[in-house]
Amino acid sequence: MSVTGLTDEAPVVRLRGIGKQFVGNPVLRDVDLDLYAGEVHALVGENGAGKSTLMKILAGVHQPDSGVIEVDGREMSFASPRAAQAAGISIVHQEFNLLGDRSVAENIYLGREPVRRGQVDRKRMEADTAGLLDWLGERGISPRTLVRRLPVAQQQVVEIVKALSTDARVLAMDEPTAALADHEVELLYDLVRRLRERGIAILYVSHRLREVFDLSQRITVLKDGELVTCRPTRELTSDQLVRHMVGRPLEALFPDRADPEAPGEVQLALRGAGNERVHDIDLELRAGEIVGLAGLQGAGRSAVARAISGVQPFTEGTVELGGAAVRIRSPRTAVRRGVAYVTEDRKGEGLALRQSVRDNALLVRRAAFGRRSLGRLDLAALLRSVTVLARSEDQEVRRLSGGNQQKVVLAKWLAVEPKVLVVDEPTRGIDVGAKQTVYELLRGLAREGVAILMISSELPELIGMSDRVIVMHDGRIAGALPAGPSEEAVMALATGHELEAA
Amino acid sequence: MSAATLVRTRPQWTRFATPAVSVYVALVLLLVVGSVLVGARGGMLLDQGGILNILTRSTALGLVAIGQTMVILTGKLDLSVAYLIGLCSLIGAETMAGDPGMILPAVLLTLACAAGVGLVNGLVVTKLKVNAFIATLGMALIIRGYLENAYTGPAGEVPRVFQHLGYDRIGPVPISALLMLALAALAWWFLTRTRGGYHLYAVGGDEEVARFSGIRTDRVVVLAHVLCSVAAGLAGLFLASRLGSGAPWVGTDAGYDLESIAAVVLGGTLLAGGRGGVAGTIGGVLILATLDTTFDDLGVTPFFKDVVRGAVLIAAVALYARRRGLR
Repeated sequence: MSVTGLTDEAPVVRLRGIGKQFVGNPVLRDVDLDLYAGEVHALVGENGAGKSTLMKILAGVHQPDSGVIEVDGREMSFASPRAAQAAGISIVHQEFNLLGDRSVAENIYLGREPVRRGQVDRKRMEADTAGLLDWLGERGISPRTLVRRLPVAQQQVVEIVKALSTDARVLAMDEPTAALADHEVELLYDLVRRLRERGIAILYVSHRLREVFDLSQRITVLKDGELVTCRPTRELTSDQLVRHMVGRPLEALFPDRADPEAPGEVQLALRGAGNERVHDIDLELRAGEIVGLAGLQGAGRSAVARAISGVQPFTEGTVELGGAAVRIRSPRTAVRRGVAYVTEDRKGEGLALRQSVRDNALLVRRAAFGRRSLGRLDLAALLRSVTVLARSEDQEVRRLSGGNQQKVVLAKWLAVEPKVLVVDEPTRGIDVGAKQTVYELLRGLAREGVAILMISSELPELIGMSDRVIVMHDGRIAGALPAGPSEEAVMALATGHELEAA
Repeated sequence: MSAATLVRTRPQWTRFATPAVSVYVALVLLLVVGSVLVGARGGMLLDQGGILNILTRSTALGLVAIGQTMVILTGKLDLSVAYLIGLCSLIGAETMAGDPGMILPAVLLTLACAAGVGLVNGLVVTKLKVNAFIATLGMALIIRGYLENAYTGPAGEVPRVFQHLGYDRIGPVPISALLMLALAALAWWFLTRTRGGYHLYAVGGDEEVARFSGIRTDRVVVLAHVLCSVAAGLAGLFLASRLGSGAPWVGTDAGYDLESIAAVVLGGTLLAGGRGGVAGTIGGVLILATLDTTFDDLGVTPFFKDVVRGAVLIAAVALYARRRGLR
C-alpha cells in the first residue's frame, strides 16, 4: 500500500478541528488527523504538545470540546472507551495492562469472558485467542501460558492482541517500545509491519525519532496543542522533524563541548580492569570532560558502569580514584568515594516511585553519609538547578513525567556532590525538551569539574555530547575516537569491523 | 538471533510443581513421617480415631479458610472472622433455643447477619478506602465489644437434631467434613469456572488493570468479603452444633483469624492476591490439622507445637517465593 495511493481512498478515521480545554487551559486547538487502513501514522511532539490528549480523544477517554470524529465517513461521538472500542478503535497502553499470574487467553478476554451455561467458555476463549495470534503470525505463544513466563516483547504482543480482540481496525500505540530492550524492538517493528499488512490503521506515538522514521508512512507534528505539519515521512529528515517539534535544529540541542586545551586532572583511571563480563578495560576520565561509551547492546557498556559503581565490582586490574588506588566492593563504597551512577532502569533501580520528590532526592545522601550531612544541603536550590517541575517536594515521583523523574534521579546523585558521574541512557523515554535540559545539566556539571561517563544507544546524542568516544565490542574496548566522530566510525568499531581488518 | 535461546527454559517437571500440588505432596510426606513417629511410640496416627480427629479439626478451620481464600485472592484480608464465628454461634443457638422447628430460620438468620458483616467490611474497604487490615480489625473490635457486653459465657441451646450435624459420620468420616469439602468444591468451581471467579483473580492481580478492562472492582471486593463472612457464619453454626450451644469466644480461642490466614498462605495463595486457590487452602488446613493430631499423639508440649507450626509456615512461604523468583 503506497503512500501516494492513500489519498485515493477514504480514511478509516477522520478528526476535524479538534479542540479541548482542561480547566480553561486550551491543550488542543483545531487539530486535524486522518488515519488510513494499513498506515502507520506517527504522532510526535514534546511533552505537553497534546499528543496523549489527542490519542485519548480518539480512544473515547476524553471528549472534545469542538470538532468532529468520523469513522468510515460517519460522524461519531465516543462517550467512553467502550464506545470507541465498539467503533473499532483500541489503545495499547505504555504500561502493560496485563496480569502476570493469568494465562494469555484470560488476559485477552479479561472482563469480557465468553460464558456458556453459566461457566466461562475456556475452550472458545483459548481457540479465539489462538486464532488471533495465528492471524498475526505469532505462533510461538500458547494461549494457556502464564503471562509472566513470557519475555517482555511477547507480553507486548499479548497487549496488542488484547486491543485487537475487540475487532479493532484502528490501534493507538503509546510509546510501545518504552518497556522493550533493544533486541526486542526489532520484534515489535516486525509486528507493526504485519498489522499494517492486515489493514490495521496505527497511530504511533513515540519520542524515539528512529522508530518514527523506520515505521511510519506519515508524521503529524504537534506543538503547544496545535498542528505544525502533517507530511509523508520520506519527505522529512530528522533535522527537519526536530525543528518542527522544538523550533530549532538538532545540533542546537547539544551544548558546546569542553575546551580541549584545558583537561582537568584524572579523576578515574581503570588499568586492566575486568570481571566475568568485561576484560582489560583501560580508561581515564578527567575532571571537566564527558566521555561517551558506545557499543552494541551486550557489548559490556552497562557492565563497566556497574563495575565502576560497585554493583558488580571489577575482580581484575586496578581502579584509581583521584590518583589513589581503591577497591570498590559495593555501591556504598563507590558513593562514599564520590562515584554516582544514574542507572538505565529509572523506575526499577533509580527511584522509590511511591516516595516523595524530597525523599528520593535525599535518598543517597541520607544512606551514604547519614542525617547529619543533610544540614549543609539546600534541597530547594538543588531541585531548582535540575529544573524539576513538581507540585511540591511532597509529591510522589510516580506522578511526575518521565523527564521530571529523570531530573529527580540526577538531583539524588548531585546531592552527594560526586566527582565521577556515570550516566546510563540518561534520556531514554523522555521528550525532546527534557532531553535538552539533561544535556545542559550534564555539560554544566562537567564545567564545574565533574568527570562524566555517558552511555547512550542513540548515536547522535552520544556523539553530540561527548568530548571523546570510547567504543566497546564484546566485553573489551575496541577503540577510542576524538570529539565529533562520524556514526560510521563508531559503528565500525562497535561491530568489530576494524578489529578484524587489522 | 540468540534472543530466543537466551530465554531460560524451565525443566518440564516444575510446570506441575505448583504450590497446590506441593502442598499435597508435603501432606503425604507429613502423614508418613507422623505415622512412623507415632508408630515408634506404639501408637497409630491414621487409625479410625486419628482420621476422625484430623477431619474434625479441619472442618471449622476449613470453612473459615475457604472464605478467607476469596478475600486474600483479591489482595485483602479478613481479621474479623474469629469474633464473627462466636457471634454467629450465639445467633444460631439462641434463635433455635432447642426447638427443631427453628433450625432453618436460625440458619438463615445467622447467615444473613454474617453476610451483613461482610457487606459492611467490603463497603468500608471499597467506598471509604480503608485498608482491609484496619477495616476488619475495627470490625473485630466492634464485635468483641458487643460480645463482652452482652455475654459472659455460652448461651442458647441447639436441638438434638442439629447436633447430629456435628457428630454423625460415615465410618471415620464426619458428615460435616464432607459438607465442608463440598463447599470447597463449590468455591473451586466458582473461582476457576465463572466470570466472578476470574474477576476475583484479576482484582487481586492488579486492581488498576482489572478496572481498565471494564471490571467493576468494588463489587468484586465486596462480594469476596460477603462470601468470607458467610463462610465464617457456617463455621459458627458448625461449632454451635458441636458444643450444643453458642459461645462468644469459640472463634477466638482457636485463633481462627490468624489460623485461617496461615492455612491459606500455606496452601500457596499469594498474600498480595491474584494467585492461588481453594485446593491449596484445603491442603494447608489438612497439614495444620495433621500436625496438631500428630503432636497430640506424641504428647508434645503445646509450646513446641506452635514453634513447629510457625517454622513450617515460614519455610513454606519462603519456598514458594523462591520458586516464583526462579519463574
